[in-house]
Parts: sequence; C-alpha cells; structure tokens
Amino acid sequence: MATPQAPAPSDESSQSTLSDEELVTAAPEVLATSLREYLHAWAQKIRNGESGALPVIVGLILIIIFFRIERRVFLSDTNIVNILTGSTIYVMLGAAEIFILLLSEIDLSIGFGAGVGGLVIAELIASPVNLPWWLGIIGGMAVMAVFGALQGSLVSRLNLPSFVVTLGGQLALQGLLLVIANLDPTAVGGVIQIDPGSPIYKLVNGTMSPGLSWAMVIAAVALFGIASLVKNRARTARGLTAPPLGVTLISIAIAAIGGILLVVTANANTPSGIPWVFPFVVLVLVFYTWLLGRTRIGRYIYAVGANPEAARRAGINVRWIVTFAFIMSSVTACLAGVVYESNQGSMSIDINGGQLVLFAVATAVIGGTSLFGGRGRMFNALLGGIVISVVVNGLAVMGVGAAAQDIATAVVLLAAVTLDSLVRRRAAAH
Amino acid sequence: MDSSDAGPLLSLKNVSKRFGPVQALTDVNLDIPRAQVTALIGDNGAGKSTLIKTIAGLWAPDEGEILWDGKPRHLHGPRDAEDLGIKTIYQDLALCDNLDIVQNMFLGHEPLRRGTLDEATMEIAARNTLKELSVVTVKSVRQPVASLSGGQRQSVAVAKALISQAQLVIMDEPTAALGVAQTRMVLDLIKALAGRGVAVIVISHNLNDVFEVADRIACLYLGRLVVSAPASEFNRQSAVEYMTTGTAGQAVASA
Repeated sequence: MATPQAPAPSDESSQSTLSDEELVTAAPEVLATSLREYLHAWAQKIRNGESGALPVIVGLILIIIFFRIERRVFLSDTNIVNILTGSTIYVMLGAAEIFILLLSEIDLSIGFGAGVGGLVIAELIASPVNLPWWLGIIGGMAVMAVFGALQGSLVSRLNLPSFVVTLGGQLALQGLLLVIANLDPTAVGGVIQIDPGSPIYKLVNGTMSPGLSWAMVIAAVALFGIASLVKNRARTARGLTAPPLGVTLISIAIAAIGGILLVVTANANTPSGIPWVFPFVVLVLVFYTWLLGRTRIGRYIYAVGANPEAARRAGINVRWIVTFAFIMSSVTACLAGVVYESNQGSMSIDINGGQLVLFAVATAVIGGTSLFGGRGRMFNALLGGIVISVVVNGLAVMGVGAAAQDIATAVVLLAAVTLDSLVRRRAAAH
Repeated sequence: MDSSDAGPLLSLKNVSKRFGPVQALTDVNLDIPRAQVTALIGDNGAGKSTLIKTIAGLWAPDEGEILWDGKPRHLHGPRDAEDLGIKTIYQDLALCDNLDIVQNMFLGHEPLRRGTLDEATMEIAARNTLKELSVVTVKSVRQPVASLSGGQRQSVAVAKALISQAQLVIMDEPTAALGVAQTRMVLDLIKALAGRGVAVIVISHNLNDVFEVADRIACLYLGRLVVSAPASEFNRQSAVEYMTTGTAGQAVASA
C-alpha cells in the first residue's frame, strides 16, 4: 500500500460478505427445526443449485424408463438382480477412488489393482498354496497395501503429481499381473479358476435363503432406525439441535421400503434370495462412512482435500494422510478384485483394468464426489455404481455393440463431471 | 489474574534479523502486555511481517532473545510457539471451506470419546466460545465455513485460537478486504479477546481501526522499533509521522 493512511479496501469482499438472509439460504437445513421447515429448506437448496443427488436420481429414473420401453425384460426380477450384482464391482472401485478424489488427487491404478489383488488371492487359495480363503484375502490386501503405500509416498513425499504416479502404477500392476500368472504353470492362458466351493466364489454366485434375506433386511433397517433415534435423543439431551422426528421417520421409512422391494425382487429371482455380495458391499460402505465421518483420520482427509495448508498449520501430518488414503484405495481395489473374480468364477490377465478405473471415477463423480477435493460421501458410490450398471446392462440387453457401450458410458461420465463443475461454480458464486 | 504486576507476557530483547545483505530487524526491544491490544504499525517493508514471524517461531532471531513470562525461550518452529500459547491468524485464515464451524475450530485437536470424534462436546464448546466472543450473527455452528461472511470467518479463526488456549493471538491485517459492518464485528472481536485476558498483536494499515482497538501502539520504521507507547499518547498525525519518517517532529508522543 502506497500511503499508510489508505484505508483497507472495503469493496473487495465479493466472496466474503453475505447478508443474514443469504446466510440462511446458503445452509438452510442446519437451521430448520420442524418437518415443514426441513422440506422448505430442501426446496430452497434445490433452487440455489445445491440439489445434491436429485438430478442423478431423476436421470437414473429416465434412463430406466427408456430401457424399459425398449426392452420389457429390462425390469424383470432376474435383470434387476443382475444390475445390482453388476454394480457391486463399480461400487467397490468407486469407494476406492473416493478416498483419493477427496484429496483432490486421482488414482488410475485401481483397475489393475483389482486385477493384481484378485490374482494374488486366487493364487494363494488354489493349489499348490491352498491357503484358507480368508488368509488369501488378507494376503492380497497386504500386497496391495504395500503398493498403495509406495504410490502414496511418491505423491506425498516427492510431491509428484498423482496422475503420473498412478499412471505408472497402472502399467507396473499390468506387468505384475503377467509376472504372477507366468509363475503359475496351472494358469493356462493366464486364467486361474476360483473353486466353486470357496466362499469367494459364493460371494456373488451364492444367495441367502429367502427367510434369511428377510431377517437381514429387517435387522439392518431396525439397526439404522434405532441408531438414528438414539443419536438424536442423545443430542437433544445435551441441548443440541437434532433433526425433527418426522424427518428421521421418513428416512427410516424410505430405507424400509427399499429393503422390502429388494427382498421381494431377490426372492422372486432364481436362485431366490439376496446374493451375499450385497451385504458385503454395504458393510464395507458403512465401515468407510464411519472411518470418514467419525474418526480423526477421516476428518483430516476432508481437511487436506479442501486446504492442505490449513491442515498443515493445524498440526496434521499431511503426508501420512495422503499415504493412508492411497493405502485405503489400493486395499479397496483388492476387495473389488474379490468381487470381480467371484463374479467371473476366475481371475484372468485379460481384466480390463483401464476401463474399470474409468468406471470407478465415473461412479464416484456421478454419485456426487467432487473431482476438486473435499466433497463426497462413501454412499455416493452406491448411486454412481447403480447408474453405471444400469447403462452397461441396458445397452447389453438392447444388444448394442461394445463400441456404442463405451461411447454411452463416456457421455454419462461427461454429464456427471459437467454437473460437478456447474455445482462448484454455483457454490463459488454464493 | 492480576496482569499489572506479572510483567509483560512477551518481551523481545535486542532482537535482530538479517536476510543476506538485508537487515530486516535491528535491535528491537518490545514488551507485549497481557490482556491488551498492541497495534503494530509501519510502512511496507518496515519489518512488521518479519517481526511477527519471529514471534510465531518461523525463524530464530540472529541476535537478541525472546522472553516468555520472563523466561528466555528458543523457538525452533511454529509448533514451539503454539505450544507456548502463541497463535497466529494470517490473512488467509487457514479455514477449510468444506468443514463446518465446529470442525474447523477443533481441526487437529479433536476430543475423542471411545476412539471416535466427540461431536457433542465439540459442538457445545464451539457454541460457548462464540458466545463468549459475543458472536451472535452465526446462526448454527454446523454451517459450513464456505457459507460465512468475511467477519464471521474471522470470528471462527479467533474462536479457534481461543479454544486451543492461546495466550497471545497475532492477527495480520484482520480487517483488510472487509466491509464496514464486518470490520465493526472484527474490532469488537479483538476487544473481546483482550477482555478475556489474552494478549493481542494486530498488524494494520488502517489507522481508524488501530485507534479504535489498540491499547498500545508500536511503530516500526526500516527495521527499527521507533516508538512503543500507550495509544492515548498518539494522535493520527504523530502516528503517520512515525510510520513515514521514523520520528514525530513536534510530536505529542513522549515514550
């Protein structure tokens, strides 16, 4: 400033001065106390452009209607279960990618990470090693954890761009896949079978009995309901605001209806009952949601993603947080590999890791995770994975060729990224 | 606590700092009393930033020493200064836009309950701290910081310092880029902070703000501390003269 008397510029407050009314519209739901205010706040948020998952859900319904008009079979019980089963691989890979996107980084290696993790497991549980299935999974996860730690260290300690590090990682994993397969003379043509008696095979191919399906869904909804109500009561008891009872009951009702529809559909299918992979994926997402929402390390991932400098000044070990996220991403990719090989009944060196990683990014972003860091939830992966699976399955049911499938997926991905970018710009304009 | 006979919270004794050929600080002697606002003024390049960064522990002085509570201390990094209770609020405020007020205030120091984040305790403490600072315009402590005004963001940054038991808060141009009402809010905040027994150092170019909040004024000129005295001994003219010439000719100020 030229002269010491010059007053501080008072009109440079473009992004920082909001009137009280504007503040209310910026975060209406935290101020609402009754059900009516909640619904009002929700409507206001949508008008402000913070529509959350709504456009994606509307888009999903439109896509489903389109495929249903084209092919009646699209909404058969069998195909609905197929779509959901098919989505599990995308959901798992999406969850892996969310850890990294929250940091505003990217992990391109997870597609082949699923391949290597899955192949290591397949080799460990087959002869001649013959480890029990759970030890095999631990082995695969350990290998991928080391790989993730390596990538994370390169990104966080040498400050290399994650794009380049994980692009290299993708190639390295692709090579590793061939090396491992070549070591095993029984892997004819680079394919190693999963024993149909193994729990890993049954994860996708086995179903619970219809009775157990009911019991599990009822227990899950009850647990969710009790947890929400108990949490709200604990908050109210300490003089804190909690969502009104009506809002909680509505969310429980939605969960119950979804659960009932799922069981009815799955039980009408042959083989009847819910595939084991569904509760598996949901449990992983619940655990990751807890990790991100209820632990320090989870909170620090969001902090580093939004403002690494602020995180550093708050005493957070930013390097460790970044490394941890890459470890989680690679380990989750390994779990995706379990789902993949269970679905295929085998693991092959032909796994299309390049396409899978693009689906993973699409899953995360369609679900509402920002590519620019700091914004997104684990359950976003569920919505995103179902959208991808609906598109892939619908095009296959229509008998469209692979080329058109790829192009259609690209369009869906671009639409999601555009949406993310628009939401961001709109939020920044506030 | 009775601050008058406890001596200054922080004393700089003959502090000098060089960067290569540039003599940034020369023989600075400055006392920072408790529960008072000390305004640090000076033209650009006078050494204000160098001085606060020395206090914040970003680098050690080449000569001289820093006394905290009368005892000499060697600050080997910002962490050492923070451990003493020195918190610096830079202009960028170091807030995470995606986190809410509570989350920002406790970032890096979250209390745990059975291994998980104790949200209720944090929320209550955050609410009470904002109340103590008389911040009433924030409607909910669960609002994301992105939705706050500039003054409110400043309040969150100050509350964050307070919640981590700061004894000395250094604020770098806290009212720059704020509108009239927001500036008012931040000035009240600074007074509230001193009212809570916290020592405050404010860097400001705006003499209106300085005279509004400062109990003491210290002026740097070309790396030297030319005056440090109660604000009542200055007027606008003498303050400007100190900043631009290093002396006040027919000055009112004694010192």
